[in-house]
Amino acid sequence: MDANATTPLLPEVMEAMRPYWMEQFGNASSIHQQGQTARTAVDRARETLAEFFNCREAEVVFNSGGTEGDNTAIFGLLRPGDHFITTSVEHSAVLRAAERVAERGVEVTFVAPRRNGLVSDGLIDPEEIRRAMRPQTRLISVMLANNETGVLQPVEEIGRIAAAAGIFFHIDAVQGAGKVPFDVRRFGCHLLSMSAHKIHGPKGVGAMYVRRGTPLEPLLVGGSHERRQRAGTENVAGIVGLGKAVELAMTSLEDGTVERIAALRNRLEAGILAVPGTGVNGAGAPRTANTTNIRFEQVEGEALVIALDLKGVAVSGGSACHSGSTEPSHVLMAMGLDKSAARASLRFSLLRTATDADVDHGLRVVPAAVEHLRALSPVVAGTAG
Amino acid sequence: MTENTTIAVAMSGGVDSSTVAAMLARGQGGDSHPTIVGLTLQLWDQTRLAGKHGIPDAPKAGRCCSIDDVYDARRVAEQVGIPYYVVNQEERFEHDVVRPFVNEYLAGRTPIPCSLCNDHIKFDQLLKTARSIGAERIATGHYAVNEYDPQRQRWILKRPADLAKDQTYFLFGLTQEQLAHTLFPLGRLTKPEVRAIAREHGLRLAEKPDSQEICFIPGGDYKQFITAYLEEQGEPMPDTAGELVAANGDVIGRHDGITKFTVGQRKGLGVASPTPLYVLNIDPASHRVTVGADEQLATRTLRARRLNWISIAELTAPMRVRAKIRHRHEPAWATLEPAADGEVIATFDEPQRAVTPGQSAVFYDGHEVVGGGWIY
Repeated sequence: MDANATTPLLPEVMEAMRPYWMEQFGNASSIHQQGQTARTAVDRARETLAEFFNCREAEVVFNSGGTEGDNTAIFGLLRPGDHFITTSVEHSAVLRAAERVAERGVEVTFVAPRRNGLVSDGLIDPEEIRRAMRPQTRLISVMLANNETGVLQPVEEIGRIAAAAGIFFHIDAVQGAGKVPFDVRRFGCHLLSMSAHKIHGPKGVGAMYVRRGTPLEPLLVGGSHERRQRAGTENVAGIVGLGKAVELAMTSLEDGTVERIAALRNRLEAGILAVPGTGVNGAGAPRTANTTNIRFEQVEGEALVIALDLKGVAVSGGSACHSGSTEPSHVLMAMGLDKSAARASLRFSLLRTATDADVDHGLRVVPAAVEHLRALSPVVAGTAG
Repeated sequence: MTENTTIAVAMSGGVDSSTVAAMLARGQGGDSHPTIVGLTLQLWDQTRLAGKHGIPDAPKAGRCCSIDDVYDARRVAEQVGIPYYVVNQEERFEHDVVRPFVNEYLAGRTPIPCSLCNDHIKFDQLLKTARSIGAERIATGHYAVNEYDPQRQRWILKRPADLAKDQTYFLFGLTQEQLAHTLFPLGRLTKPEVRAIAREHGLRLAEKPDSQEICFIPGGDYKQFITAYLEEQGEPMPDTAGELVAANGDVIGRHDGITKFTVGQRKGLGVASPTPLYVLNIDPASHRVTVGADEQLATRTLRARRLNWISIAELTAPMRVRAKIRHRHEPAWATLEPAADGEVIATFDEPQRAVTPGQSAVFYDGHEVVGGGWIY
């Protein structure tokens, strides 16, 4: 139940990629027939991505994934003296890049999610983005869906605000792509980043939408691949896998899969909430269908993650620090949870292939593990926000 | 999953705990074999004060909690085929070990963080973590022996086969509950035997050197650490400058802070003398540091408080023991007597050099640990 971390390849994706490892091993930049076969495969995937994004094929840039896309948007557009607006609930691929440009003379504003009462539902108020704008503001970057809570940000409204002010807008769509209806024109963004491995595609490949005319400086230079937007020999098999995964994701948005996953998530959530002293982080906000983030009062989240793992339920809590232990989630802290409440929160995220049996297993294991933990170490009540 | 079927191995990335993991993992999958899980407690971010006040920038390997050590531990877990997790205990470690260590130093004492860590973190917290993930017992790479004595109905802690590696001095604070749920698989082995077992299991770190220093003080310079830590906390370094006095009370100089001194220290006193001078006493209230000749360092008695008893339920009558007053000290014969407020007085047969407040005194009856407490 950790699909927001990564997902397995679907068999169709594996099959689509298979020829491009050995038989069709050509370099898509080569003139000869082998190269042309590879080029055809890359171009077909580009066509799929353009359909998915609702953009021109020339506006699709293949890369290594979400982190590269986020970094490219920030490093590729911002120069000393510019102002950059992002949010405090972004992925670290955005936050660390923002810190890096801040060290190099870019002014950065981190907009916090709105507070209604003590704790936030995690939504960014577009008006807060507007208030943060300055004449020097060059770029706004906001995520489509939060990786920890699944909360969907009002990117369309933010896109309208950005357009009205003539500011570039980047969307980190790593967690939202393939889970909600998708259209870069409707979003009003100039740049958008996504990754294949979150949607049952391969790791190490992703794509970026770069609106025509956006003066984005490439992160990697070298050969003239990807219309000089991203140098480096194309990861042909990976790109084919991404294309197939996107094709399947588009189908899943229309064939009832999303509704089925939402029903499973809702059953899981309701079952866990039946345990006393629990609550959903981001409740009330629109969320992706597969994600729920639940806090368990009087529980050490890190121990619960391990206990659940040893019983065959993989979930995550917080973010991994350098050593592999976890630190309290910056997302939940930005939403107003204190450290212990953030530590006591776990993310459950379902694969597109999740079944009733998975949820049954989760509901057999999770409440029992929580009760076991609480019985062992009665923490003072009221530690969770 | 029933109780007693899962053992959590505390893995530091060193040879000893890695060998324990390998030994316990062998035979996994058998019907009655317990499930083995590797755990590393992340206690201190080695990059936190790096580069400040002369603290080395890149901690060398061999300190616990460095990224390299976690990597080593993870590789061993992968190799022997056990699940492995890193558990963040940095806040507790700072609160229960680092802060008391700093406070003790500022109070003119010479603390042993390893005992504090063993009491508060390694055993207490590790056992709690182990239980919370469904393990009933923990195993560590300490050189010590624990066994249950049905006659006394107590868990006994004994010195290990390899007396050169004896770690019982740091383990005197273990409770009966902790001893009952801890395995010391290396207690009856020597270090060379442990390295041989590590090699047999093909562990690449079989030749990794032992760590000697206090894990959170890379380079081993306490003063650097305390200066950098207080600066990070936004606290001023307290002014503990004061007089340097001779044993007869004559003022013979000044010093610029008591944290530079420890009882028995000879170097760096800053006074010239025809015969070697040693620190005899540090008075945290007046900041007065008393110095004198080597023979004046010797003391016949010590007082200890915050006692923990292992082989006995409590001390009710005088008892002949051998007392160990610092890590490298050869236990010396003494008579242990109960004193007021649950404290004890140990009277040595022969005067002992440099009885140092802040260190622990551990009392032995033969190879058994009777108990121990903190010298003050």
